[in-house]
Amino acid sequence: MSATGNESMLRTRGLRKEYGKEASLVRAVDCVDLDVPAGETLAVMGPSGCGKSTLLHLLGGLDRPSAGEIWLAGERIDQMSERGMAALRRDAVGFVFQAFHLMDELTAVENVELPSLLAGRSPRAARRRARDLLEQVGLADRARHLPSQLSGGQRQRVAIARALANSPLIVLADEPTGNLDSEATLDVLQLFDSLHQTGQTLVIVTHDSRIAATADRLISMRDGAFVDDTRLTGGTVGNLSALAGLDG
Amino acid sequence: MGKLIIVSRLVVRDLRYRRGETAMLVIAFVAATATLTLGLVLHGVTSHPYQQTRAATAGPDVEATAFPSRGGPPADRAALASLTPLVRARGVTAHTGPYPVAFAVLRAAGHTDAVLAEGRGQAPAAVDQPALTQGSWVRPGGMVLERSFADALGIRAGDRVTLNGRSFLVTGIAVTAAVPTSGVGFLESSPQFPNPGLIWVTRTAAESLATLAHPLGYLLNLKLANPSAAESFANIHTSGGSYRNNVGNPYLLPWQDISQQDGQLIRSEQQIMLVASWLLALLALSSVAVLVGGRMADQIRRVGLLKAVGGTPALVAGVLLAEYVAVALVAAVAGLAAGRLAAPLLTSPGAGLLGTAGAPPLTLGTAGEVVGVAVGVSAAAIFIPAIRAARTSTVSALLDAARQPRRRALLIALSARLPVPALLGLRLAARRPRRVAANAITIAVTVSGLVALLFAQASVGVPDLGATGSGDPGQFDVGFASQTERLDQVLLIVTVMLAMLAAVNAIFIAQATVRDARRNSAVTRGIGASCRQVAAGLSAAQVLPALAGALAGIPGGIGLFAAANQGGYSGTPPAWWLIAVVLLTVAGVAGLTAAPVRAGARSSIAEVLQAEVA
Repeated sequence: MSATGNESMLRTRGLRKEYGKEASLVRAVDCVDLDVPAGETLAVMGPSGCGKSTLLHLLGGLDRPSAGEIWLAGERIDQMSERGMAALRRDAVGFVFQAFHLMDELTAVENVELPSLLAGRSPRAARRRARDLLEQVGLADRARHLPSQLSGGQRQRVAIARALANSPLIVLADEPTGNLDSEATLDVLQLFDSLHQTGQTLVIVTHDSRIAATADRLISMRDGAFVDDTRLTGGTVGNLSALAGLDG
Repeated sequence: MGKLIIVSRLVVRDLRYRRGETAMLVIAFVAATATLTLGLVLHGVTSHPYQQTRAATAGPDVEATAFPSRGGPPADRAALASLTPLVRARGVTAHTGPYPVAFAVLRAAGHTDAVLAEGRGQAPAAVDQPALTQGSWVRPGGMVLERSFADALGIRAGDRVTLNGRSFLVTGIAVTAAVPTSGVGFLESSPQFPNPGLIWVTRTAAESLATLAHPLGYLLNLKLANPSAAESFANIHTSGGSYRNNVGNPYLLPWQDISQQDGQLIRSEQQIMLVASWLLALLALSSVAVLVGGRMADQIRRVGLLKAVGGTPALVAGVLLAEYVAVALVAAVAGLAAGRLAAPLLTSPGAGLLGTAGAPPLTLGTAGEVVGVAVGVSAAAIFIPAIRAARTSTVSALLDAARQPRRRALLIALSARLPVPALLGLRLAARRPRRVAANAITIAVTVSGLVALLFAQASVGVPDLGATGSGDPGQFDVGFASQTERLDQVLLIVTVMLAMLAAVNAIFIAQATVRDARRNSAVTRGIGASCRQVAAGLSAAQVLPALAGALAGIPGGIGLFAAANQGGYSGTPPAWWLIAVVLLTVAGVAGLTAAPVRAGARSSIAEVLQAEVA
């Protein structure tokens, strides 16, 4: 699975997700058409409950849509078998969650190597990759720490390292700084910036406009639908701290 | 008073909200308390049927027998002469006999069995007149069978049988207190006649059945002035001074010994039920502990709410304790009733004696013991979680902060080298070692019961050869088999109860594991594990401890059977039976836990992870 040139890394057509029936029917995602080119950092903003997390879950194969199509690197994924979806989540998608979702009983390095082990890599290769990634996120000295021994920002950096373990085509981040203080937020944004520099496709869901301002493109959502799609000029190449308003 | 109402209301509401779990918990407690009740009420009922039969048949205080050596004359005067002095011995007030007795081979309805034929007159005897339960007393050409022997062979009055090839009419069926219901093996003189059945024929017929190989012996029934001194009488008149170690003529048997042998069956049952009740109590403890542990994960927020609205730690602990103690109390009452109702089935004396054991005594002490064990088990299981809940800070309880799982570094490192399902399973199991231990112990206890049952099955058909140590076990096995069959049934009941509780436990443990691993399973799937891998991992977390428990259950079962058998003869089941038990147990656990495991592995990742955020 790969996307090159102008081809969309991620594309949706008529994407819908509904809950309930008849009078109690709720459209969490309502007829969404989306194209995300390879290497783009896309921010999705909106108020709580507008459907942005649901959209992210659909894009990453954590949930199935009620209708519509999802294409990742030219391959339709919404009709994949459960096994295919698992392989997709393992090899093509990296998730970063607001609540980190690290395994409490595993150390940082053990958490990061887990996707590689699930992918069938040898324990040694998985460990080497995990150490490299922890070094990349600046936590080489925290490799043997349990999540409970790490700060919120450090936990999120471990989660980002885990998301990158199998070199995914796209990283999906759901409110990645929602539980972090300003300093930790800056650390995470710097990490995303460096990912962007390497050409990693990123979709970040947030309700924080300062975070959204660092993206290449900003989509606003309301009641499950896109209400605005803006290309940002600043992107992540500018002064990150200034853009994010985190420099004091 | 106000607090009592609050506690009662909370307890009732929670029990009603969790009806399924409550029902399974009640079942676990009822099974344990019913078995304990059975074990306790069986105590002290063993001698009743023998006494009734002894009174109805004018049973002897001492029975004396004498047999000539093999190869001697068919009617040996010396054997008869050894009994004669006993008639005039001090303390003897009445006697009947000596009656001629002969070993013979009986054939009827496809059966071949050894019998001891006692030659009787047609007139009633003053001592040991067998009480007819069917038909009429002996007459020429006719014979009467001892009832338990007749039942085992399926013979009724009016049937025709052969003795040493000669045809006889069965004129009646009778009971006696002169021999133990398990047979007259103690009388045998020939290894070819292990544990023969007892029949009565005319004197002439008995004398005609003697052969050179099995000469005629004699039997004398004695009544003493002081029946309670029968054992010392037997010792005094036995060469060597102890009737239990007698090697020559005459052989004396006091009524206390017969009574003791008759009670052996119920005593064995009592022993099995007591051991089983403790095993079941252990399983019930495990059930409650696992259930409480699993529930605490759900109840921690409830605890926070209770505290937030002003509930004290004591109130929180009180609610939890009251809930499980209430379940234990209700179940203990039901278990007492069930045990009391089932007891007569096990205290039935068998066909060899008259009457029944009567109503087993369910005393206040027994009831108190059963209720005490149930409440104690329940309180022991809930005590630590209740204290822990009471001490939890309100804020962290409201945040529903789950207890930190254990970290087993070595196991985590080792599991990295295993296939994904084993990796996930081992890591899941390592998170909650106490739950794994409960799982393994539960299965070990159950498999112990199953293995004990298999050993009992393997022992059916093998007579207790006792002192003779030889014979043809496959040929004459009726008396022993009927008794072993009943013990086998008791073991089967116990094993079914153990299996039932183990099934309840397996489901509880699987549910608790799935609930506990809900977030980890969702995250694991989120980063690429398939449903099947997660399900296999959850299943492995159940099956691996089950396998360890099943293997430990084999020596456990051998020990359990040895304890229940109390040194009796035991056969050994084929090795494949034991292997099959282990494999079937593991398959059973996998099957029982499949539904919760599958549900846990298929739950929506998005929903679970969103719930964690919320």
